[in-house]
Order: sequence, then structure tokens, then C-alpha cells
Amino acid sequence: MPTLSLTPVWTVILAVGVFLYVALDGFDLGVGMLYRLAPDRPARNLVMNSIAPIWDGNETWLILGSVGLLAAFPVAFAIIVPAVYFPILLMLLSLIFRGLAFEFRYRDAERRTFWDNGFAYGSALAAFAQGIVLGAFIQGFNVEGRHFVGSSFDCFTPFSIFTGVGLACGYALLGAGWLVMKTQGTLQDWARALGRRSLALTVLAIAIVSVWTPLLDAHIEARWFSWPNIALLSPVPIITLVLIWFVWRALERGADFAPFLGSLGLFVMSYIGIAISLWPMIVPGHFTLNEAAASQSTQAFLLVGTLVLLPIIIVYTSWSYWVFRGKVRADIGYH
Amino acid sequence: MHSNAVLLSRIQFAWVIGWHILLPAFTVGLAAFVAYLETAHLVTGRRIYLDLSQFWLRVFAIAFGMGVVTGIVMPFQFGTNWSRFADDAGNIISPLLAYEALTAFFLEASFLGVLLFGRTLVPPRMHVFAAVLVAAGTLFSSFWILAANSWMQTPAGYEVIDGRYFPKDWFDIVFSPSFPYRLAHTVSAFYVTTAFVVLGVGAYTLRCGRAVAEGRLMMKLALFFLLIFVPMQIVLGDAQGLNTLEYQPAKLAAIEGLWDGGRGVPASIIGRPDAAQERNLDEIAIPKLGSLYLTHSWDGAVKGLKDFPPDERPPVAVVYFAFRIMVGIALLMLAVVIVGLFLLRIDRLERSAWYLRLCQVTTCLGFIAVIAGWTTTEVGRQPWTIYGLMRTADSVSPSLTPTDVALSLIGYVLVYLLIYPTGVFLMLRIVWRGPATAHEETPIASLHPAAPIKAALSPAAAPATPEAPT
Repeated sequence: MPTLSLTPVWTVILAVGVFLYVALDGFDLGVGMLYRLAPDRPARNLVMNSIAPIWDGNETWLILGSVGLLAAFPVAFAIIVPAVYFPILLMLLSLIFRGLAFEFRYRDAERRTFWDNGFAYGSALAAFAQGIVLGAFIQGFNVEGRHFVGSSFDCFTPFSIFTGVGLACGYALLGAGWLVMKTQGTLQDWARALGRRSLALTVLAIAIVSVWTPLLDAHIEARWFSWPNIALLSPVPIITLVLIWFVWRALERGADFAPFLGSLGLFVMSYIGIAISLWPMIVPGHFTLNEAAASQSTQAFLLVGTLVLLPIIIVYTSWSYWVFRGKVRADIGYH
Repeated sequence: MHSNAVLLSRIQFAWVIGWHILLPAFTVGLAAFVAYLETAHLVTGRRIYLDLSQFWLRVFAIAFGMGVVTGIVMPFQFGTNWSRFADDAGNIISPLLAYEALTAFFLEASFLGVLLFGRTLVPPRMHVFAAVLVAAGTLFSSFWILAANSWMQTPAGYEVIDGRYFPKDWFDIVFSPSFPYRLAHTVSAFYVTTAFVVLGVGAYTLRCGRAVAEGRLMMKLALFFLLIFVPMQIVLGDAQGLNTLEYQPAKLAAIEGLWDGGRGVPASIIGRPDAAQERNLDEIAIPKLGSLYLTHSWDGAVKGLKDFPPDERPPVAVVYFAFRIMVGIALLMLAVVIVGLFLLRIDRLERSAWYLRLCQVTTCLGFIAVIAGWTTTEVGRQPWTIYGLMRTADSVSPSLTPTDVALSLIGYVLVYLLIYPTGVFLMLRIVWRGPATAHEETPIASLHPAAPIKAALSPAAAPATPEAPT
């Protein structure tokens, strides 16, 4: 065994990569879910144009997350992905409709309503499917040796369906926060109103999942409620409560940026909460991060390029956001 | 393990990759063409380059979007349906896929946004740079995905530990024996495919008589480009064939329809390979010619299919015919290019209505050749996922039942049958409306990117004016 393991580095990179996907495509998908609720067509155009130049880059984090999992923890990829066969299928097909709707809706005026629906329901179903994956992942899989041996339908449980709905609510909150940031006037008021509703639903979902998860698994219960963990981990729920209050206040007082940033904070806290529950497992109950890690050579070969490329990617991605900064304009994007 | 789950998973993979590859076959070349047009506009300041670039960008946006959403499906297939392969070969394949995302996908995505929507938001040079980076991104993407594919075809630089594959030498893995040939042959195929689309659209535009200068320029650019690339592509294909002879002899025997190996083997021109009888029916073959072009000697030794056990032979007929379709198209393409250049030389290109119509028909040739070539190389690899090492039947996710895969396959079939005709129709409609011509340009000068698009959406009523350099 190598003396210096790269597994912790890869754990951090993958964790950050997956979080960036959730945060970035999260708000895209949220915007898509809220899209059909916009008051009229000019408003819908603005809503769509607020993400038209950037959604593709955001979705790329999904590819990086999935092949990053394959690269850093191959056996985890080989167990988890077939175990969530149908949610992945649902997600991929939904993302097809969501992604194509940008161009097709605009070019295919005769069937605009169809593509409007494709955009909205595609976004919602993709979010729902990702939430099912999350719930199934927390619950764990039926594994023998290095393979998933359960049924492809095992992943559909009351808990995973609930996390599906919960994640969709969370994405809606992010989307509303994004729209508050990118719009003005009555459209912004509309986004704020939706933000308040999404926040209420998200808080409810976080609360129920927080109670439900420890009930599923004695290990998770012990992780949170044994002494001294309960004291050491208490900042997680406390900060979450503060953030909820912060987002609510921000929506009330008409702030531009704070609702989005606060919502991102809520996602960070939920993400940390799940990580605490499952640590150090990558396939809950079967493989720890170290056990599932790729060979040292694989980790090193990819790490060299990643350490060079990832900062560059972040620089030019930030630049492309900067190009399209400020309130979304009617003359940029699809018309 | 259910054998039907294997078969259905193979059909599903063929379905999603077959449709997907048509898009890079188009966008890799089109990205380069747009980058060329944008650069030409920046350097010469001629309006026509900008009009053409904006015209093709509309098509590109649709094709690229379809490429993105069907491309995201692909890495997940390794997990959903081929998880044993993912587990056994993940240590080698995964960094290649990850490098594709890191070097190509982010680059393409970020700069595509600027290319499509940022013309008025960034300086002109930056906009051209964005076009160049998108084109470069498509090449980086080809590099890594073909490195991964080539390693599965001609594995190198690995070691086997407990039945799983681990990296030993990354240079050998990335530059596996078939990789340089495959990369050159595939990228060249993508460029040729795009050039035939440009040629066909140029011919259509000329025939419509609305944007004559634009149509002529498209045809000229395509023909001169193809003059170099079609012959080169044939040479590259031959080189890849010789590489296959060395590293994948069973595939080559299937391509040649060669059952009995030995010295001085014949070249099968056309016939019907029959796997049960282990011979070709109704065959036209030329004695000794096979040895000549495969080994450059009348008496060169070549392995035949019978030199391999039946369970290590690919489905011969599929490979045999796919290869012949590809080669036939290459020869047809060469003829189209030679005739076109001749007509151009004697200044009869625009008046030769039959040739313009022919070019419209040959628009799709490249796509058929790409699918045929892909079928040759991928079906020719069977029955292996990793040639000679890991069988396709041992690569499937063990948890899948035939019903599971049938359901997902139905989903992919229905969705692709909806989106591909729609996408093609929408691209065709852009072509039918044609590029904007000089008289429609005033809105761009006043920096409203919306206007030319709107102009293109409503048939222009303004009278045509001669092309004016700006």
C-alpha cells in the first residue's frame, strides 16, 4: 500500500464537484420548474434567457461528477449507478427535453407549448429523479462482492420518493433566488413570492428528512445523537436555522443577492449533514472511501491534470458569468 | 446473468451511440467552419463571412444542443448497463473520460454561450477567440474519447490484478496502437461529413437564387477543402486498415470476408458471408489482390476467420457490408468532388442544375459513412468489449433483467424518435430560409443581435442588393 494516499484529495475534489453540480444545475432546474408559472410570454422569455448562456456549462458538472466518481471510486460507480437504473434513465430523458427546449422552443413556434412543457416538466422530473438517487444512496444498496445484486426497482421507497420531492423543492428555492437576482420589477416580485413558497416547502422537507434519516439507520442515529457528537454537531442545525431566517428576511426586505446566496448556504448545510451521516462510506454499509478508491496511479494521473485544469475552468466559467452579469436583458438570448 | 439483458443492452448502446455520433460528426467540423468564417470576417471585414457564420451558428446551436443532451447519456451507460466493465476497467478508462470533460466540455459550454449570445457583449476579437476555443474543444473531446475507445480496441500499458485492469504506463494507454490512426481517420471523417453538408447547402442556396454569392462561396470552400480531405481520408482509412491487420486480425478477416487465411489471399469485392457454412456465397473475388494491398506482397500471409475459434469471431456479414458501404461512399465522394472542381474550373458550376441537385443528395453521405465506419470498427471488435481480454457478455451489470433493459430501451427509442426528426426539421428550416444577404444587415450594424434572426425567420421582402464589404 502506498504511504501517501491521494484518496482524501479526491474525496474533496469529488465532493466539491458534485456540490457545484447541485448548486449550479440546481438553480437551472429550479428556474425551469418555475418557468411555466411566469405571468406571460415576455416574462417566460426573460426567465429562460437568464440561464440560456450558462446552463450547458452547469450541466457539464454532472458529467464531471459521474466520471469523477468512476475515476476516484470505480467500484462505487459500478454499484450505485445500476442500482438507480430507472431514476438515472428518468433523469437523462428529462434532461434531454430540458436541454433541447432552449433551442426548439424558439425555433419550433408551432409546438412552443409542447417545448414549454418539456422545459418545465423536464426540469422538475430531472430534479425529482436526482432526489430519488439521493434517497436511495442514503438508504444503501443490496451488494454482494463488488456488485449490486438487488432489483432495479429497489430504489423506489417512500423515503427516496420523499427526498425526490424535497430536492425538487430545494431546486425551486435556488431557482427563485437566481431569478430574484437576475430580474427586476414585477417579475422580481413574482420570483420573491415563489421564493417564499419554495422556502417554506424546502424547510419542511429538510425537517422531515432530518428526522426520518436517523430513524432509518441506527448508525446514523448514533452519529448525531450520541454524546459528545450531539454537542459537536449542534452547529449544523443551528446554522441551518439561522440561514432559513436569513433567506426569509432577505425575501421580505427585497434584497437582490441575499436570497440566492442564503439558499446556497442551505444547500451547503444539507450537504454537510448528509456527509456527516454517511462518513466514511461511499457505498453505505459496504465500501468506505478508502476501500473503494481507485489505484494510486489512476488517482495521480488524473490529479495532475485536474489541479491544472480545474482552476482554469473556474476562471473562464466565472468570466462567462461575468459577460452575462447583471439583470437579464430582453435583447440578449432568444427572442 | 441474462443473455437477453446482454443483447438488449447492446442494442441500447448501439442505439444511443449511433444517434449521438451523428452530432459530433457534424459539430466537430461545423465548429471549425464557424471559427474559420469568424476569423475570415475579422481579418477581411467582409460582410459575407459574418452572414454565413450567423447562418451556420443557428444550425450549430441546434446540433450542438442535441449533441450535449445525447452525450450526457453516454457515460451513464457505463454505469447503468455495463457496470462490470466499469468496475474492471474503471482504473484505466475513467481518467480518459474525465479528461474529456475537463479539457473539452467545460471549454465548449462556456465559450458556446459567448459565441451564441455574446456578440455584442465582448470585443470582436474575443468573440472570434470564443469560436476558435469551441472548435478546439470539439477536437480535445475527440482526442480523449477516441483514446478511450482505442484502448478498448487495442489495449496496451495495463496489468491484470485479480481479473481487473490497472494502469502500468499512461503514455501507452492513451497512445494505444490504434489510437493515432483512429483519431486521424475519425476527425477527418467528421470534417469531410461537414464539408459535404456545406457543399449540399451551398448547392441548395444557389438553386434558390436568393443568396447566390453565399451559395457560391460555400460550395467553393467545401470543394477545395474536400479536394485535400477526401483523398487524405482514403489514405488514412487504408492506414487504419493495416493497423487493424496487425492488432485486430479477426476484425480484419471479417472486413475482408476472408475465411481461409494463408499466403496470396484473394480480395473479396462483394459477396454474402455465411457464418454457418464458413464461406462467402455469390462472391466476386480477385485472386492474390488481398495479400497485395494488405501486405504489399503477392504472397503475403493473412489470417482468415477459420484461424479463430467461432466464439472469437465478430458477426462477419455486418462488418463485411458496413465496410463496403463506407468504402463505396468514399469513392462516390471522390467522384462528386472531382466533377465539382471540374465544373468550377470551366465556370459551369452554377448553371449545372443536375450537379447542384446531386450535391443536395450527397449532403447525407458523410453521416452514412460515419455510421458504417463506426459499425465496422465496433461490431468488428465483438465479441469483446476490451479486445481479446474482456467479453461483452461479461461486461453487463449483473442486476439487470431483460425487462429492465427493454423498458429503458423503449424510453430511449421513443425519445430519440421524437427529438431527431424534430431537430433535423428545425435545421432544415433554417437552411430553407437561407443565409441573410447584404440588404438585411443594417440591424447588426446598430448592434441588435435579435434583428438578423428575426429577419431570417420572416421571409425577406426587401430587394436584393449587391454584396457590399463593410
